[in-house]
Amino acid sequence: MFVATSVSSGTIVLVGAVFLASCVEMVEALTIVLAVGHTRGWRSAFEGTGVALLVLAALVAGFGPALVHVPLATLRLIVGGVLLIFGMQWLRKSILRATGLKAKHDEDAIYEETVATLREAGDTPGRDRIAFVMAFKGVFLEGLEVIILVITLGTSAHRLGLAAAVAAVAVVLVALCGVVVAKQLSNVPENALKMSVGVLLVTYGTFWTGEGLRVRWPGGDTMLLGLAAIYAVVTWLFVLVLRREVDSRNQAVHA
Amino acid sequence: MSETPSALTRLVKGFGRFWWDFLVGDTPELFVAALVIIGATALLSEAGHFNDVAIVVLPVLAVLALAASLARAVRTSRRK
Repeated sequence: MFVATSVSSGTIVLVGAVFLASCVEMVEALTIVLAVGHTRGWRSAFEGTGVALLVLAALVAGFGPALVHVPLATLRLIVGGVLLIFGMQWLRKSILRATGLKAKHDEDAIYEETVATLREAGDTPGRDRIAFVMAFKGVFLEGLEVIILVITLGTSAHRLGLAAAVAAVAVVLVALCGVVVAKQLSNVPENALKMSVGVLLVTYGTFWTGEGLRVRWPGGDTMLLGLAAIYAVVTWLFVLVLRREVDSRNQAVHA
Repeated sequence: MSETPSALTRLVKGFGRFWWDFLVGDTPELFVAALVIIGATALLSEAGHFNDVAIVVLPVLAVLALAASLARAVRTSRRK
């Protein structure tokens, strides 16, 4: 009974972190691909996307199984440290955006900016290299962050297959949404997603940093849910405090 | 006259730049904080065998690091 509960706690947090992170990064990549497709034609956009996905798949196939040979404590310490940093960065950014201290990620603005850059570039003879490179870079760089999370979370939890499958489902779902909504990606609640991912990444980062340093967590994997709850409450408190700071600053400006 | 860097040099530089942006970027304080968290937990857990203390200190330090980084962002925004 206890084993089943602890396994499902770890799995829930793993699936949630990989799925939400993949969705956020995929929305950013899709914005660029849609801009390339609408402006320069779909052939180069799809070619760039396809090649980038192949390279990313090769990276997972190459590095994923190799990481299994690294001693688990060492792997979890490195992965924990990386996730701790990455998670805190995401949380910080999303808290600042939620309180208005940082501009929100505007997919419409990024779309318009990419379209303008592509129009300025002019035509190229033969294959559209500019469109290909733009689509490739967009998918590869955003995808690389997903790959790092899939490999690190998957190998440390001994569930690389599950992590890769969840990421693939997220990629397909966002792509389908992209087809349906065409370019209205600004409707995606990206900051809320990013905040949830930040909480989950810091949770895993804390847990595995501890595991890597032989900390014995009470309740084993179940502690992941406790840590996630603590970080969610702390995030909410930070947002409340900073909103108050922004409000008082705005009142001082208008006074 | 400067020579054009080789594809390998560009690849290595690009790889290094990706990891720098990924881990340090514009929040070096969080990178340093993670090292401090790891060091403190290692001292408590591995060297001191204070497991119960390490369980509390690890998440508390993470929250304090986030608070310090947010405070820095607020200070920066006040100056603008």
